[in-house]
Amino acid sequence: MIQGDNKGRGFVKTVDWSLIITYLILVFIGWLNVYSSSYDPDVSILSWASRSGKQLVWILTGLGIGSLILFVIPPRIYEGLAIPVYLLTLGALIAVIFLGTEVNGSKSWFQLGPVSFQPAEISKISTSLMLSAFMSRYSYRMKNTKDFLLTVLILVVPMLIILLENETGSMLVYVGFIFMLYREGLTGWLIFLIGMVILMFIMTLTMSPFASILTATIVMTLCNEIRAGKLKKWFLLYFPIAIALIVYSSIWNKAATPDPEGVISDTLLLKIKPIYVLGTLLVPLGIAYLVKGFREVRWFRVFSIGALIAGVMMTFSVQFIFDSVLKDHQRKRIEVLLGMTEDPAGVGYNVRQSMIAIGSGGLFGKGFLQGTQTTYGFVPEQSTDFIFCTVGEEWGFLGSTAVVLLYAFLIWRIMKAAEGSRENFTRIYGYCVASCIFMHLIINIGMTIGLMPVIGIPLPLLSYGGSSLWTFTTMLFIFIALVRNEGRYF
Amino acid sequence: MKIERQTRLVIGLCAFALILIIRLFYIQLVDRSYRDLSKANAMVHVPIYPTRGLIKDRNGKILVGNKVCYDILVTPIEIKHQFDTTTFCNIFGVSREFMRDKFKEYRMYRKRIGYQSLILIKQVEPETYMKFAEVAMNFPGFRGQARTIRQYPYNAGGNLLGYVSEVDRDYIDKHPGEYRSGDYAGKTGIEAAREEDLRGIKGDQIYLRNNRNQIETRYMDGEMDVEAVPGHDIVTTIDAELQNFGQQLMDGKVGSLVAIEPKTGEILTLVSSPGIDVDQLADIGKHYSEIVKNPYKPMFNRAVQASYPPGSVFKLVNGLIGLQEGVLTPETMYPCSMGYHYGSKNKLGCHAHKSPINMEESIMMSCNAYYCYVLRSIIENKKYDSIEEAFNKWNEYVHSFGFGEKLGSDFPSELGGNIPTAELYNRRYGRNHWRANTIISLSIGQGEIGCTPLHLANLCATIANRGYYYIPHIIKSSEGIEIDEKYTEKHYTMVDTTNFKKVIKGMWRAVNSGAGAGGTAWVAHIPGIDVCGKTGTAQVPRGKDNSVFICFAPMDDPQIAVAAYVEHGGFGATYAAPIASLLVEKYLTGEIAPGARADLAHRMITSKLIGTR
Repeated sequence: MIQGDNKGRGFVKTVDWSLIITYLILVFIGWLNVYSSSYDPDVSILSWASRSGKQLVWILTGLGIGSLILFVIPPRIYEGLAIPVYLLTLGALIAVIFLGTEVNGSKSWFQLGPVSFQPAEISKISTSLMLSAFMSRYSYRMKNTKDFLLTVLILVVPMLIILLENETGSMLVYVGFIFMLYREGLTGWLIFLIGMVILMFIMTLTMSPFASILTATIVMTLCNEIRAGKLKKWFLLYFPIAIALIVYSSIWNKAATPDPEGVISDTLLLKIKPIYVLGTLLVPLGIAYLVKGFREVRWFRVFSIGALIAGVMMTFSVQFIFDSVLKDHQRKRIEVLLGMTEDPAGVGYNVRQSMIAIGSGGLFGKGFLQGTQTTYGFVPEQSTDFIFCTVGEEWGFLGSTAVVLLYAFLIWRIMKAAEGSRENFTRIYGYCVASCIFMHLIINIGMTIGLMPVIGIPLPLLSYGGSSLWTFTTMLFIFIALVRNEGRYF
Repeated sequence: MKIERQTRLVIGLCAFALILIIRLFYIQLVDRSYRDLSKANAMVHVPIYPTRGLIKDRNGKILVGNKVCYDILVTPIEIKHQFDTTTFCNIFGVSREFMRDKFKEYRMYRKRIGYQSLILIKQVEPETYMKFAEVAMNFPGFRGQARTIRQYPYNAGGNLLGYVSEVDRDYIDKHPGEYRSGDYAGKTGIEAAREEDLRGIKGDQIYLRNNRNQIETRYMDGEMDVEAVPGHDIVTTIDAELQNFGQQLMDGKVGSLVAIEPKTGEILTLVSSPGIDVDQLADIGKHYSEIVKNPYKPMFNRAVQASYPPGSVFKLVNGLIGLQEGVLTPETMYPCSMGYHYGSKNKLGCHAHKSPINMEESIMMSCNAYYCYVLRSIIENKKYDSIEEAFNKWNEYVHSFGFGEKLGSDFPSELGGNIPTAELYNRRYGRNHWRANTIISLSIGQGEIGCTPLHLANLCATIANRGYYYIPHIIKSSEGIEIDEKYTEKHYTMVDTTNFKKVIKGMWRAVNSGAGAGGTAWVAHIPGIDVCGKTGTAQVPRGKDNSVFICFAPMDDPQIAVAAYVEHGGFGATYAAPIASLLVEKYLTGEIAPGARADLAHRMITSKLIGTR
């Protein structure tokens, strides 16, 4: 099956069959589940009136697009087309804000007769191509500030426009490109920092700014001392202070909690908030770190203090962001996900019903067309964003695990093929495709099993809808064509 | 380095895939609760609405009954094809626009609605529903749900009975766990006061649906179903005939008419005018805005919620207190020269009658001056150290008649009224800076006194009983309904029984002295019945005086005590006295004697002080 070292020229021998077969299996699984989730005994699986009938049309046209890419379009042109396609897509992204039709609160769809499509989808391809073209230039060095900033710009501009369109879900997919950047040499600290930002965000909202800043400080000092090889010092100095602070804050919290009569006892203790104590300790710590950092020329130390200060500022602006920047429905979703509000009938309803559907599948599932949650219509958007519910309910743990593994295999296979490529363009593009599918997979399935907030993005290749299917088909087949091209000429 | 990064990414990919799989493992194989919840989702609960209890009058006549009607439900998701809108609209008499708007709404909220059924048209008559049932197979997705609505065979006691309407969100929140959207509840009157008895217990039928959302079987063959328990019937103390007659008498007048059976405290009639007609009650939703916009506020139950000055009727109370305190005897004579003169130029006026007069005559002729002297003798009684002390004693007496506080009837939102205290005058005039003459209008039931018509009827019942009353109430004990013990306890006033007899004599003479003798209430005379009454003409800040009358009959074995209060009706004898006496006659004889009495009844029924509804 593995054709990586194949030098043959024919199509059969040059194309990556494992990718094509995985693709076909996933699309077929999707079709069956779309049929089941919109099942109506009166309407045939092939009828245009049913979603399954329409999906079949999208699949067949998708295969047409795939063949076109494989057999007709010369793979060499993508690198050259990257810039015009990227700019055109940006134009479309902006135009849709003014000309698009509104669907579910976000204005991101173009309606052309019976066909509607999202420029945000195409933008995934164009941004991938643009990044690949730019980063595969001979003179490109990520350590070069100008190159790096341009890379970030290419990535951030479509993200911002999509955010304006109110399509948070699609925007988050772009965050996945960081894995590609990491592969291309970006420091791993950036992923770490982004992880910290998310952690502090959540802690600020669910616990307190104090907890958030304290955690950041602990992590920061720990990293520094480990790097300097002084883990013992950390345990002797910073760790006891941190414990003391945690104990103090819990005592303070107890004192600040009103007794059953609603009276808060007025003690001196209350005036000294834990965050003041922490703040007082942070100032000498910061100064000490800075002085040491500059004297010993340890830029990591200086930089980490900068990051900590930025983190403190972020912590204090989180509440503001949460209250003023986020949209109402986004705020609700985050609140429910973080367990801040119990809301089984509202926003949490979707997730709860979706988890009931999947959870009731058991080991083997209820069987094809036998899902009840699905047909009772408890889960909204069942054939689009929540298609995984049908998989989980009707095919059980075995079926849903198989789907997850198929995706993992697909992504791994793309990464492997990308690594095997001699051309930077192909490799970078491959990682872009893998990142995109990965983000969709994690966010979508994570959402249906209650690990992620409800963010409306489709499950690649499975969800109902032409726009998404064609996008992923195009994306994947361009990669297959690029790899095959190498196989043909090298 | 690069190989290492590539491997790290693969490890990351595997880790994330593993997280998903572990989570799936947990919710699909470990945590079994989702399976149970899924089963619960397969159950369809169909509520069975219980029949609401009837409301009957004291003689078993049905005041509020039930009739069957149908709510037309629609399950929007089941409507896939075009249906014959024209036929549908014709059957139910709704417009195409109505349907279009409804379906637009359903489309808009289709996600939230899901597979739920919603009420499309409410309260359809059975005949209409039968027409629909014949062609129902052409309208998949629509079905009828039977439920009972209220029916009023008697036009009696609209305000008393109250109405039933669908619960709103606010109501559901205030009664957690008791109601669901689509339920009905009593909102005012007896329907609200006895909601818990009347409503019964909802039943529940559980069906199982298959994976195509079709109902397949009864869940556990109906073993887990809950039968609906019908509500308890309520027997009221109201006499439907009398209530109806009272409403006719009060038609076109503002005020109220209350009749109590003295020996039980049962309210026979309680009219608040203008009131709500029973045919408005049945369809309150349609009439609600009209009722609310009416400037005379038909929703406002004047009988228990309006605080009025009692006027001369209150002289009876002062007289009784005077007798009990020993500052007044039936023989005490006081002069009256067209009123009571006090200070240098102050006068509380009175009408022309002979002078001086004794107590009985003072009641009969309703002399103002006489009661000014009486109040003064009570307040300036040397027995007490100060006017303040004497006045507080007076206040205590008045309270013992039930004035100045809620009587505690079983009627919702009863008003307490107002009886002034010494403290009030101390605040107003300063301690020791007020005397009997300062507050002299209290003697004739004016000034700071406020009471409801129910208070007055209760006063009348107290006098009829010679010194005690039962708390007036409208619910009788019946099967399954036990009324509070407090309604069967005698409440004695602080005045002895013997003193009441002296006052009653005056009340008898007020009615039965004949036209020329100066009795104020001769119009209330009923041949053959010993009616005892007292008129009142209460001054109000604006407009004509209020016409007040209380009476009971027969004198020696009182069966009924009535209070009539007609706003801006003029003298007590103009409207209140004839209305009250006609009610007494109707109750005691079952009819109005032909001739002069029938003419009087006709005149009362047809005279309108306000535009009729």
